[in-house]
Amino acid sequence: MSSNDPQGYKKTLNSPYTGFKGWIDSRLPLVRMMEAEYLKFPVPKSLNYFWSFGGIAMFCLIGLILTGIFLGFHYKPSADDAFDSVERIMRDVSFGWLIRYLHANLVSFFFIATFIHIFRALYFGSYKAPRELVYIFGLTMFMLMMATAFLGYTLPWGQMSYWGATVITNLFSAIPVVGDAILTLLLGDFTVGDAAVNRFYVLHWLLAFAIVGLVVFHVITLHMTGSNNPSGSEPQSWDETVSFHPYVTIKDLNATIFFFIILAFILFYYPNILGHSDNYIKANPMVTPAHIVPEWYFLPFYAILRAIPDKLGGVLAMFGSILALGLLPWLDTSKVRSCLFRPVWRYCVLLFAINFLVLMYMGGKPAEGIYVLISRIGTAYWFLFIFVLAPLVGFLETPRQPLSITNYLRSKKA
Amino acid sequence: MKKLFFILFFLSSFNAFSAGSKIDIPKYDWSWKGFFGTYDRASAQRGLKVYREVCAGCHSMNYLSYRNLGDLGFSEDHIKAIAAENLILDGPNDEGEMFERDGLPSDKFANPYANDKAARAANNGAYPPDLSLIVKARPKGADYVKSLLLGYVDPPKDMTIPNGQHYNKYMAGNLIAMASPLSDGLVDYDDGTQNSMDQMTTDVTTFLAWAAEPSLEDRKRMGFKVILFLVVLFILAYISKQQIWRDIKY
Repeated sequence: MSSNDPQGYKKTLNSPYTGFKGWIDSRLPLVRMMEAEYLKFPVPKSLNYFWSFGGIAMFCLIGLILTGIFLGFHYKPSADDAFDSVERIMRDVSFGWLIRYLHANLVSFFFIATFIHIFRALYFGSYKAPRELVYIFGLTMFMLMMATAFLGYTLPWGQMSYWGATVITNLFSAIPVVGDAILTLLLGDFTVGDAAVNRFYVLHWLLAFAIVGLVVFHVITLHMTGSNNPSGSEPQSWDETVSFHPYVTIKDLNATIFFFIILAFILFYYPNILGHSDNYIKANPMVTPAHIVPEWYFLPFYAILRAIPDKLGGVLAMFGSILALGLLPWLDTSKVRSCLFRPVWRYCVLLFAINFLVLMYMGGKPAEGIYVLISRIGTAYWFLFIFVLAPLVGFLETPRQPLSITNYLRSKKA
Repeated sequence: MKKLFFILFFLSSFNAFSAGSKIDIPKYDWSWKGFFGTYDRASAQRGLKVYREVCAGCHSMNYLSYRNLGDLGFSEDHIKAIAAENLILDGPNDEGEMFERDGLPSDKFANPYANDKAARAANNGAYPPDLSLIVKARPKGADYVKSLLLGYVDPPKDMTIPNGQHYNKYMAGNLIAMASPLSDGLVDYDDGTQNSMDQMTTDVTTFLAWAAEPSLEDRKRMGFKVILFLVVLFILAYISKQQIWRDIKY
């Protein structure tokens, strides 16, 4: 530190760059930051393709925001005009059909990527210290995603939009004492209607950008600790890492393109398969659809909601299911991160994933007979997994000695 | 693998959502199915004739303009003529009066009723749904629409049909307010095609499928190009990845 810079604060002015880049960098250290965090940033070299889904989800988010902006140019948030303006987008706006189908299907693929991303975190123990905050920010984003997706689904103002909004907003009335007041505040009216679609539109935009803000925190916290990897062991030397660019960028690019090929297939050949045909009927408060189902990505949580015979209990279980996941870093007592070295927990996590898919299936079925029973068993396992198995298995299980990154890669090659 | 599994799972679970219908809808072979499917123009043109002569008496198609018929291969003059056959309520004019005039290609399809209440009043309280989106608004889409039109059969002996209702084996609940709209030879085709029930239902369904999703042909054409592009890009990216990672020793 030079003598004329006693506090050391001026070091931020000394950019290693010259010329225009240096001029910018000494005033706004963006160039240094990008170099440190996205070019040279060390990443364990043992990452598998599960680690690409964070980047894929980010591309989905960018795509959603871009298509959303263009949809916003033409969409009219009112009970009278919303459905017609969406049809105008589909028929009269240049490439409007492409933009809308992209927006609608990207959401589904955003959720697919996020589900896999969360599974990755659970299976390889990415939620454990020191990455608890990365995980918590991630789950917060996931909840905002669900809120944003729900609000977005109401906007076309079709039958499912309207009735889905009616059923889901009605959940708030289960909150004791203040429930009805909250509901009225949320809807701007006593029923779902013109005021609701207007504010849902605003909130849909607001929450989308709130997610973008949380991405920043998710990434900052991640870059403090660095990425986890399949072995769960931290890199012991530079030798066990690769630089973010070009190694991770090219790998993630591969995974992203592959993922988008599947998206393109659905988008161009089955654009409505993940939606519901009733949503092509304009909202009609006088006619209830035979079977109100939410979008597929809500189905596991819908199954949990309906598994509890009490309305308030169901709502608590549904929101609690995700909140409880946030406690996992502290409830999991094991010293070992990765499921590769945890013979018992590994099957608990796999069963959790299968249970998730089973609940998803149950959420799409009518709430009767065997479906309710299976939903209840699934819901029970969800909470058992978090509150009982996580602490207990950590104590009782004898994990194998985790391999270092180098040894893990050798063992994989052998 | 995981991804594929996910997708297969979702696709398979979606059949379950066509709720309440235990009714088996037969599958038909449509010209627009498949990767390069296009709407059969001649069939859709005949379908328009069926719509105009039969369906349009009760059913609106509010999201279509006459100009859209250009997509089906109608000439500009032909579209003008079709539009001019309808009276459109316009105004108010400078005297503050509403007036009727001949339709123009830029007009939306004329609505058979002044409003929803009038539509109900004329149809025993039942509302004839708008047909612009009917093929996308029903599970099984085109198969369902054609089946429904063919589904008027004699009711089971033990079933009493309420006044103003009709038995249809493909309608949910088997009761429908609409009487069988078509019968053999009802619409005269100009191109000499046999005007059988089967042909007319196919034609009108083709027309309605186009009306519900006019961008389908553009979409499929673009999809093929996009996927081809992405596959080539993927191959290049994969080769690059192998090159870049080649130096990484374990």
